[in-house]
Amino acid sequence: MLEIENVHSFYGSIQALKGVSLSVEQGEIVTLIGANGAGKSTLLMTICGQPKPREGRVILDGQEITGKPIYDIIRMGVAHSPEGRRIFPRMTVFENLQMGAVTANPEHFDQDLERCYQLFPRLRERRNQTGGTLSGGEQQMLAIARALMSRPRLLLLDEPSLGLAPMVVKQIFEVIEEINRKEKMTIFLVEQNAYHALKLAHRGYVMVTGEIWRTGTGAELLANEEVRAAYLEGGH
Amino acid sequence: MQEGQTSAGSLEFDIVAAGKEAILAALVALGLTIFMLGFRATDAPGGLQLATRFDWVAIGVLCVFAGRFLIALLRQKKEKSGSFLGKGKPAQKEQGTETASQISDRLKRVKRFSHLIGLAMVAAAIFLPLSPIADRYIVDTATLVVTYVMLGWGLNIVVGLAGLLDLGYVAFYAVGAYSYALISQYYGLSFWVCLPLAGLLAGTFGIILGFPVLRLRGDYLAIVTLGFGEIIRVVLINWYSLTGGPDGISGIDRPSFFGLPFARVAKDGETFHQFFGLDYSSMHRILFLYYLILIMALLTNWAVLRLRKLPIGRAWEALREDEIACRSLGINPTNTKLTAFAIGAMFGGFAGSFFATRQGFISPESFVFIESAVILAIVVLGGMGSQIGVVFASVVLIGGFEFFRDLDEFRMLAFGGAMVLIMVWRPKGLLSFREPTITMSADPPPGKDGQQSPRPVGDAA
Ligand SMILES: Nc1ncnc2c1ncn2[C@@H]1O[C@H](COP(=O)(O)OP(=O)(O)O)[C@@H](O)[C@H]1O
Ligand SMILES: [Mg+2]
Repeated sequence: MLEIENVHSFYGSIQALKGVSLSVEQGEIVTLIGANGAGKSTLLMTICGQPKPREGRVILDGQEITGKPIYDIIRMGVAHSPEGRRIFPRMTVFENLQMGAVTANPEHFDQDLERCYQLFPRLRERRNQTGGTLSGGEQQMLAIARALMSRPRLLLLDEPSLGLAPMVVKQIFEVIEEINRKEKMTIFLVEQNAYHALKLAHRGYVMVTGEIWRTGTGAELLANEEVRAAYLEGGH
Repeated sequence: MQEGQTSAGSLEFDIVAAGKEAILAALVALGLTIFMLGFRATDAPGGLQLATRFDWVAIGVLCVFAGRFLIALLRQKKEKSGSFLGKGKPAQKEQGTETASQISDRLKRVKRFSHLIGLAMVAAAIFLPLSPIADRYIVDTATLVVTYVMLGWGLNIVVGLAGLLDLGYVAFYAVGAYSYALISQYYGLSFWVCLPLAGLLAGTFGIILGFPVLRLRGDYLAIVTLGFGEIIRVVLINWYSLTGGPDGISGIDRPSFFGLPFARVAKDGETFHQFFGLDYSSMHRILFLYYLILIMALLTNWAVLRLRKLPIGRAWEALREDEIACRSLGINPTNTKLTAFAIGAMFGGFAGSFFATRQGFISPESFVFIESAVILAIVVLGGMGSQIGVVFASVVLIGGFEFFRDLDEFRMLAFGGAMVLIMVWRPKGLLSFREPTITMSADPPPGKDGQQSPRPVGDAA
């Protein structure tokens, strides 16, 4: 579904991605783990066209989308839940969800809203509350739900566990798994929380300073000595 | 300081610290007042002479010293008595602990209340000229206030909703005014034909000016809009053949009541008072202008409230909240900002043509930066995005400005003082509560909830 071929991305003269290739197949959860500053968010943003890669190609369903404007890419069925949640703090939960649906067909708004409320019952309870008054976990739920409102075929999640308590992380990962299992949603999950992400994912990639360092199934990477030493020892 | 904190509860003040603070403030005041109040150019037989007024400076400095000293003492007292400001605030208790139905109840109450206030204000505005206190001066001042309300509502789209700091809004006011004056002079078209044209032209200018600058953010955008405001004014001054330069344009067509002029006698046909069988009175035109701007302002308000509920209005607000999130949701920020800029400019243009027809004379002097600053102050003091807040702020600022007319040169001082006070008292503006565009009912069964929800129609981007 998504092919990334030898992508090089830069911020000015700083090279953030040094020839990254990976693929995400229909119906998979693929995770990308790596330390802070490895270039994970840059990769997600490159998929969405900003920054435009100087070299390499991004292909969605056989169609090249390299460097297209993000609003075109979103309309092709990609949803991007950016790092740090970025919900609209002064708007209510309901209004946040409405914003998620701007590119969607208004015909199925009610249906999509209902699906989000079923995935995250907390959001239904809090629908008139402003985003800024939600707890961190609720904000993350809202960020994912908002991304789902556009009925994407491919969901890009950037560190959904960032700054959340272990209990909440577990809850959120359960929902991610549920969306994938029940709706066959393809998910590309960027995480620093390697243990949970690898347990959840079908396949994984490990990124180190702008390059893919290891790849394999989730279970393989979890068992791999080097990966364990670098990302899993010392608690997760 | 430390002594005071150890003996909590007792009311010992640190006079020295407060004194230091007050002296510092007094020095600043001295620096400011010595030239502005201390010296004065007077017209003497031998030419201009410099007169001094050091007693005024002394009064000013003493006032600042005493005021600052008192504030410092008050603050110390507050710190000692356990800072009651921060702790028990209801706003913080509310967070998260309110149930969904409590929230929607509260929202409903606020909504009903603001509706009532709004209706009361509209009624007051309609009946003001009929009340016994209404003389020519009052109605004129009210007309001015309502003009600024309309400008504030227009700018509110750009600043309050879309979050774009625009320091050159007066440019669009000027475009509207000159469009009306020029079109009506060159083509002899009536006010009612020129009004939409002036709005369209101002909106077009909004797009032309907006296009290159809207990639900029925050303070950079503010500076560039400031520049554009000045460019328009400078062009108006220097394009002598078209605009008359600093002389301005005079003899601008006055508005007519659907073709009936407000004059004692008409060159051809009937006048307003003849048609309605009234005695001639110059008040007719003044009342007509007042109701005209009132209707224009109310239409502006109606349009802004409608727009807020449409996808485009929601996109403006979302853009104000978080531009990166908007991008990731597939909103085109440039187009969204451009529409905000253009629509805001259009209302500025409407107000501008009203200004031109009311004055009968316009010149670049009416469109200086201070006008932009005043309109922006109205929006900010009103509480960024609050429609009723704009009304309050206009009444306070413009009404106050007129009220203090007798103070002459202290008018600006009173004006600045009022702004500082409002910002100290309500840092987020007079009314900072944001009313959601829609409130969902308290606890509906799942199916119904969906049916009541408005569908986002069309495409915001
Ligand atoms: N806007 C930016 N401008 C310049 N450098 C950036 C910018 N964003 C990220 N970088 C750099 O690119 C590298 C990758 O960052 P990022 O993709 O955010 O990493 P990760 O998401 O894996 O933590 C880092 O070295 C970071 O400093
Ligand atoms: Mg990152």
